[in-house]
Amino acid sequence: MSKERIKIAEELFDIMPAEYQDLVKRATYGNEQRGWKDIGNAKELIEEHSLCAGCPESMAFRYILASLPNPEDTVMVGSTGCTSLVFPHVAVHNIHSLFGNQNAIASGLKRALTVRFPDRHKDVVVLAGDGATVDIGLDMTLQAWFRQEKFTTICFDNELYANTGGQESGLMQKGFVAKMAPVGKTFEKVRLPEIARESGCHYIVNCTVSKPNLIEKVIKNAIYIAREIGPTYLQLYTPCILEIGKNSMEGLQEMRDSEKPTERFAYREYVSEPAKELLAEMAAKEKERKAEAKRQLASQTVTV
Amino acid sequence: MATQASFIGQKNKKGQVYTDPWHIMNEAPRTPSFFTGSEVIKEAVRRASCDIMVAYPITPQSEAAALCGELFAEGYIGDYFRGESEFAVMSQCAGAAFGGARVFTTTAGPGTMRAMENFPMWAGARLPIQMIVTCRGINSPLSIQPDTLEISYLMQTGMLVWHAETAQDFYDWILKGYMVSEEPDVHLPLALCCDGFFVTHTKDMVDLTPVDMCLPPYDPYRSPVPCMDMECPPVRMMRDPFVMKSNYISYATHASWQQEVWAAVERSRKHTIRWMDGLIDTENTDADVIVVASGTAVSQSREAIAILEEEGIHVGLVKVKTLRPWPGEEIKEATKHAKHIIVPEFNVTGWLAREVSSTVPNNERVHAGPRVCGGMTMPPEIIAAEIKTVLGVKAPSLAGRGG
Repeated sequence: MSKERIKIAEELFDIMPAEYQDLVKRATYGNEQRGWKDIGNAKELIEEHSLCAGCPESMAFRYILASLPNPEDTVMVGSTGCTSLVFPHVAVHNIHSLFGNQNAIASGLKRALTVRFPDRHKDVVVLAGDGATVDIGLDMTLQAWFRQEKFTTICFDNELYANTGGQESGLMQKGFVAKMAPVGKTFEKVRLPEIARESGCHYIVNCTVSKPNLIEKVIKNAIYIAREIGPTYLQLYTPCILEIGKNSMEGLQEMRDSEKPTERFAYREYVSEPAKELLAEMAAKEKERKAEAKRQLASQTVTV
Repeated sequence: MATQASFIGQKNKKGQVYTDPWHIMNEAPRTPSFFTGSEVIKEAVRRASCDIMVAYPITPQSEAAALCGELFAEGYIGDYFRGESEFAVMSQCAGAAFGGARVFTTTAGPGTMRAMENFPMWAGARLPIQMIVTCRGINSPLSIQPDTLEISYLMQTGMLVWHAETAQDFYDWILKGYMVSEEPDVHLPLALCCDGFFVTHTKDMVDLTPVDMCLPPYDPYRSPVPCMDMECPPVRMMRDPFVMKSNYISYATHASWQQEVWAAVERSRKHTIRWMDGLIDTENTDADVIVVASGTAVSQSREAIAILEEEGIHVGLVKVKTLRPWPGEEIKEATKHAKHIIVPEFNVTGWLAREVSSTVPNNERVHAGPRVCGGMTMPPEIIAAEIKTVLGVKAPSLAGRGG
């Protein structure tokens, strides 16, 4: 689209909230090359949020929203938790309905959008915490993958229930002492990336959100593969600094420490064969686009 | 975006003509057909221009849900799939409705209970999903037999709740249900209930509307809340998420929205009265004794009334068609001359009798029973016996020991 759908009638422009005017003038809807580098230069699709100061989840939100390849035709699905406090501030349509049913909502939504807009890409992206994805919603998470539903599932893994005050979750590390794990968690962190692979996901990445360029790449890959091939899954470490006893400025270091090669959030990815082919095609096209841009630039230089 | 009216006269991909619903339901010729209740559901959905149906097996709705799958295979439904549980199915229905689809599903008994968390969410999100509920027991030990207890839970969700007596009701109300629930000033989900097996698994003569006429498609842009398809501006919906705040504004917002949902239930009255010719049907309301019933209990009451008529006892009848909205004024008016109000029910708690008691003046007139549950049938004789007891007429014992 571009910004056609959010344009304001000229006569009414000045009475709209400044934030909305800003969205019309400076947002990156419709720009296929949008990415994390727009942060600071263009209007973001999220501005204020109600998370704790320094929460890595807020960084993750910024990078993800800046990296959506097609925000003008993207609908996001959330679940109950810290993320549900952010979504009302986000300038793409988003659905919160219940706790744990996000992949079921997304299944119905994606199918409805496919029936209603058969000739257009309408991307659906699920973004929920680890309690929603792995504990209460695991059934629906996996079943959507079994059915090969064509949307991306992002899990913000903070290894506990943050919004309710730091209770044990399935993605918590073994031995961690938390509320409802008074003598330490007795079983291993659930290996959802491996389960995702066995369940039919075509693109799976396990990493932290310390590097915005990396997040941009995996978000775009995940969404393009989901659009063309089938389900994709991203498990992103967004530590709850509050519940692990860190200060506001220590979130980034916590992520860096946790992504070292021997640590549990060392970068890991799985790409299915059809997804590899798609990524190769996309890379070839991108190369061609850059070459063409270069040629054009060269010809312009000559004429000058 | 095209309006519904602009589709009238056009054909869908199956060659059906999008037709003015009022014409389909009230003027178009009808063809008498001998069908089971499940087949009737299929025939109504064939004409309903549904975008999405989500199915899950649970007796006694499995056959209807599977028959709708055949409709999908034939091309009458946009998409169809089997979900993994009723909780998931009702969330899948919600997702589809959030995305602007006309959605249909069916469930029963324990499935209704498992999915329950979804229903107030549907109502609060103003999703006009239609759900057929073929009521069955929800108790333990396991039962698959007819029992209407689940309806009493649905009545508190903010959904429209209608209770069909016959397959003909079912057929007409599925189509009319979409017309009422999709009105912009209503825009609420509808639980269209019947008593399982009695309606789903018996054959009956049903007058069908022409197969080449179908409802105009759902127009999601007549919704009172934005459709989640990114076709309208994605503005920040609120300054602060209300769940965060423990303050008066937050409480007031939630309170006013709950009130708005129930106000929308009330606003459905005028549309329902127009389409269904009233929220209740009445017969002989000048009688001293009036039976107030819904669903299969109405049919059994008709039989009982006929038995008593032969003995010279005149009994009137109120058939309650909609439970939400609740036809309180109508029932009050219809029973104003009655000395005795008999409320036969197919559930153990007597929820209908409670509703009636809270509605009519001098409610010592209300006799909460007879009631059967757990799949028992309700012979007309026990209704007749109840009425005779109330009137002080000697009635033979129906279940005497060693008699």
